[in-house]
This record gives sequence, structure tokens and C-alpha cells, in this order.
Amino acid sequence: MSGGVDSSTVAAMLKAEGHDLVGLTMQLWNQRRLAGQDGMPEQVQGRCCSIDDVYDARRVAEMLSIPYYVVNHQERFERDVIRPFVDEYLSGRTPIPCSLCNNHLKFDQLLLTARQIGAEQIATGHYARNEYDPQRARWILKRPADASKDQTYFLFGLTQEQLARTLFPLGSFTKPEVRELARGYGLALANKPDSQEICFIPGGDYKRFIDAYLEEQGEAVPDTAGELVSVGGESRGTHDGVHNFTVGQRKGLGLASPSPLYVISIDRDSKRVTVGAEPELMRDSLRAQRLNWISIAGLDGEMRAQVKIRHRHEPAWATLRKTGEDEVEVDFDEAVRAVTPGQAAVFYTGDEVIGGGWIM
Amino acid sequence: MRRIYLDANATTPLLPEVLEAMRPFLLERFGNASSIHQEGQHARWAVEQARASVARFLGCRPSEIVFTSGGTESDNLALFGSVKPGDHVITSSVEHHAVLHAGEKLRERGVEVDFLPVDGQGVVAPEDVRQALRPNTRLISVMMANNETGVLQPVKEIDQIAAEAGVRFHVDAVQAAGKVPLEMDAIGCHLLSISGHKMHGPQGTGALFVRRGTRLEPLFAGGAHERQRRAGTENVAGIVGLGKAAECAMEGLLSGTPERVGALRDRLESGLLKHTTDRGVNSGAAARVPNTTNFWFDHLEGEALVIALDLKGLAVSSGAACSSGASEPSHVLGAMGLSPERARSSLRMSLHRQTTEEEIDRAIELVSSQVTRLREVSAVTVR
Repeated sequence: MSGGVDSSTVAAMLKAEGHDLVGLTMQLWNQRRLAGQDGMPEQVQGRCCSIDDVYDARRVAEMLSIPYYVVNHQERFERDVIRPFVDEYLSGRTPIPCSLCNNHLKFDQLLLTARQIGAEQIATGHYARNEYDPQRARWILKRPADASKDQTYFLFGLTQEQLARTLFPLGSFTKPEVRELARGYGLALANKPDSQEICFIPGGDYKRFIDAYLEEQGEAVPDTAGELVSVGGESRGTHDGVHNFTVGQRKGLGLASPSPLYVISIDRDSKRVTVGAEPELMRDSLRAQRLNWISIAGLDGEMRAQVKIRHRHEPAWATLRKTGEDEVEVDFDEAVRAVTPGQAAVFYTGDEVIGGGWIM
Repeated sequence: MRRIYLDANATTPLLPEVLEAMRPFLLERFGNASSIHQEGQHARWAVEQARASVARFLGCRPSEIVFTSGGTESDNLALFGSVKPGDHVITSSVEHHAVLHAGEKLRERGVEVDFLPVDGQGVVAPEDVRQALRPNTRLISVMMANNETGVLQPVKEIDQIAAEAGVRFHVDAVQAAGKVPLEMDAIGCHLLSISGHKMHGPQGTGALFVRRGTRLEPLFAGGAHERQRRAGTENVAGIVGLGKAAECAMEGLLSGTPERVGALRDRLESGLLKHTTDRGVNSGAAARVPNTTNFWFDHLEGEALVIALDLKGLAVSSGAACSSGASEPSHVLGAMGLSPERARSSLRMSLHRQTTEEEIDRAIELVSSQVTRLREVSAVTVR
């Protein structure tokens, strides 16, 4: 229970259905830790694990008369989400902390905590659907009724065991319907705004976060400053560090050019950031590793799929081809824009998630 | 489900006779103890009677008692009221946060503060205190009983050292009050903190013993209450409750409560040692208050164990609570040299005077079965 509308409504729905519930909020990060450090806001305004959110969640639990606990998983969050987040950026990649948090915290640590305290299943406020298909003898993850809130992209890492123990009660509702339900249950937070930014980065400035975090850890920010080069390899200027860039980025390059320039690629080893015109962002294929399969046990040979390469991306038709023990090549029918290492490639067939992996 | 409450070191249930003593002062006898009129006079007399009760409880003069809002305020008053920048303070690394964080704050303000280490049982070595003395040492502050392990510190020996050096000595006795006899002249300290709700009195009440002749700078600016040592309208009902709780605690001490509670604690300890494996008692080899036991259980997380037990009707604790209510690893167990894993796997059970043998037997059953179950679940992780 995050203290938001979605998880609160889930709690109220399940209570109304007569389930034996325990409410849990994960304390994952202390917003005050980096507050006031160089470049970080003095006042904590972020939403993550704030006392206000815990208050909201506790109020719902009190109203529903369910036991409620805040569990401390800060160490695990730092190890499995914060640290990889920082390291990925420093290696010139663009991480997705929400997927890491789902894989390591929400559907691993929290599920373990749930079982430890005697609960059989966990229910979350994610917009997704899961169901068991006896023919395939597999748990299937499906896109929700509300396509605009679809969170399956962040859930591709769920194992069969995790899917079997998880309820997504909001999968068949739209967000406006959920707010309506929340009002119907008398939840005072029915109109609370959705959370948007990365929860642990108040103000959304990840570069300052990385600097402040490394400073707090007593680590020097690695010197990844280098050259900005054109696709042809000519120098176009210099930059302050590879972690300031994301493939497809247009703003903040500090270059004067008659036509818009974009980050085409980032090479950590040479510290070179390649820039170019928009057409140069287009890619026919990508490689994904550290795969997880959901609707199938694994890929042998090839298969057709629609592939999403970032959260807000219209799935594109492609052929998946096994190229290694834990690697697939994705060949798109039509070139896609800005394939970004560190993001996930998630494979769909219709509404079903086939699986996914991390873009190399 | 009848719940079993074994978290007396967090707070204790109010005794019915304490509530009865307080009731008139929440209703018809509502006066301000500083007022001249009869309503005020009644309130004043009630406060002074309570002061006399607390003084009897501590074996000191009534004029040496300052009423506060609780243990934390008493500790803060003792520390901030005693030292100024340039002074040196000696305390320990296992103090309650009320002293520990006050010490850190003093450091920021230019006071030198030493946080002495403890041995594997959590005990401060008096010799370390002697070694830490400096010409500018102004205050030594060491707790009498630890809130997490119940370990008793050698306060008499430390007082000896303080007396020889002519240094002021503060004792945080919040977790000792009502569990072991407190006799100010026997301990010899200059300042001693107690809290009402740890001994079946109301929350939000406490007292600081201030030995005659001990100059203390008040924390608050305001009226001349409490001999100018604690400004603010007296919490009359709370003070009356604290006084009554002190009387009850004294009766308890004289009528064998510590022995009875201690026997139950020992029964709990031996029962759990018998019915669980890969476990031990933190500070088990040291002298402790009779109501507290603190276990480590390998291969499990204390936080999950506490929740699982709570859902089964047993209230216990693990570590300290942070602002959101989640638990944090214990600094006390860390200072004793426990590994972070073991510190996280600890469980504190603290009994009170109303705890029964039946409850203890049920607690043994619940804890041992949950420990076994949690280990099974954790071994087959979904990871």
C-alpha cells in the first residue's frame, strides 16, 4: 500500500470481497538522506516513502480495519535499485528503476515478507492482468483494460511463481473507474494525483541525484567527460560525463546546429557521445539479454512478436531470434527510433506478454 | 483472540488505581497549579503530594524532583542543562536515543563527547570511563538498564569514579524504575531520569532527580514552574498519575514483583531455548533487569517475526522504530558486536507485573512455532 489511489482501492475491493488482508507499505528510501546536499533540494518534496504517504495508507487500513505494517527494505532497495541505477548511468546506459524495484522488491522481497507473515498471495495496484492457462500450464501476464495505464512493460521480469502468487485486481478497470470505485468505498484519497517521476528523485534531476549519492558514499564521480562526435567521427565539442546523456536526447547537448541534433549512441570506454540528425537514430534491430519468458517456456529458433522498447512506445512488429544462451536478436519490420541500452525490450502477442529482456 | 502483551519496555498498561487517581484532575479538579484560587490550590497540593511520592520512590527529597514530559525530556534536560561548549561529556554507545542523539547534538554545538564502547554483553567497563576522563570533563551519562537487552550497567562503580574526579553523573533509569530498587544515596548520582509510562503510569510524564546543589540550565524559557527548572503549566493529572505509579512500583518492589516477573522471564527464556535451534540470548550472561529478554534467531528477519507474531496475537518488538513505523537495526546490538544479520534477527520480549504464567507458556508456543515456520519459508525463497 503506497498511500495512493490504486493500492488503496485494491485493499478496499478485496476487503469487500471478504479476503483476510494484511496491509504492507515498504519503506524503501529515506528522502532526507541526500536533502540539502549539493544541488539537491533542501526541503523534501518527493513522494517516495514519505510520512504523508504512510499516513494515507494507514488511514485506509484503519478504515478497513485490517492489520497494517510498514516494513523496512531500505538496504535491499539501495543494493538492488539505487546502486544499479547509478552504475547504469555511469556506464552510459539508461536504467529503468521501476522494473528493478518490481523484480527485486515488490515481487520478490515483498512476496517473501508476505509468506513470512503468513500470507499466501500479494495484491498490488498495478494495471495488468494475470491468469492461469491450463492448456499451456503457464501463468500468463496480459495488458490491462486501460491501455493508457498499462504497466506490463515494467512487469516482464515476473516469474511463474511470482505470477501465481500475485493478484492484480485493477487489471479490468480504467483509472477513472478506479477513482470512481475509490469514491464509492469512501476513500478520502480518491482524488489524490498520480505519482509521475522516479519516486526517489525529488524534482526529477537524476544527474544531481547521482552526484549527491556518490558524494554521500564518499566516492568520486568517475571522470567520464569526453568528446561529442558526429556519426562520421568528427569532433563536435566536449561533454561533462556520459551519465548526462540518453540515446534520443535533444536538449542539453550545448551544440549550435542549423538542424536538431540528437544523441545517437554513448560509448563508455572511449567516453564518446555520438550525435546526429534524427534519421540516424533509426535502428532495424537490437539485442536483448537477461531474458525472462512468461507465456512460453523459452525460445527455440524464431518467432514473431510485437516489441516495446520503452514504456511509452507503440509496440512494433519484429522477428525474435535466439542468438545465445540468454540472448535474442530482435529484427524489426520497420526501423524503430532510439534503441536505448539499459531499457527493456518487452515482447507481446496481442495482449499477452511473451517475455522480455534488457537491451544491450 | 486474547492478545498477549510482552512489550513492556515500549510502554506498560496504565494501572486501574493510577487512572482512578488521575480522573478527578481531568474533570472537576481542573485547576492550574500556579493559580491563587482554590481550584489552583487543590491542583498545587496534588502536584506536591505526587512529588513526595516520587521522592519516596527514589529515596530523595521532594525538592529534588523536577516533573517533565517523560524520559526523553529528562535526559535532554540533564545533558543540555549541564554542559556548555568546550566541556567534555562521557557517555556510552548503547544509550537510548534520547541521550545518544542529544550527545550528537551537543557535539555539533562544540561540546566534546565520547561514546564509550561496550563488551559483548553490552556492558560499559568502569575503567574505560576512568580512562576517558579529561580536565574539562563536565558530565558522565550512563544508563542504568538497557531498553533492548535489559542489561544493568555498573552505575555504582561509575559513580565512584565520577565522585573521585568531581564530575557530574547522570543516570538514565527509565528502564530500571520499578524493576530494581532505586536509592539516590546508594547510587550517588547527581541526575537521574525516570518515565511514567514504563512503570504503569501515564504516557507523557516523567521526572528528573536533581541532587540538591546541582545547577541546571532550563530547556524552556517561560514561567517559574518547577523551581525555575522546567517552565510550563504542570500536567497535573499526569503528575498525579506518575506519583501513584511510583507508589505502586514501590509496593511492587517490596512485595516481590521483580522476583515473580523474573521467574516468568526465566521460564520464557528456558522454554524458547528448549524449543528452538540456532538461537541465543543477547546479554544472557550479564546482570539484567528481571523483565527483559532479547533473543537472536539465525536465518530469519526479526521484523517479519514481529509481524507474524502480532497477527497471532503476541505483541513483541525488534530493533527500534523509525519515523514511518518501520523497524531499524538496533544500534545496541551492533555496539555489542553482533553481525548486522544477527542484529536484524533479534526479538525483544519484555514482561510486566500483570504478565501471567499462562501467557508465557502461550508465548513460548507461538514464538517457537513461528520461528520454525519463518525459517522454512525463508529457506525456500522465491528469489
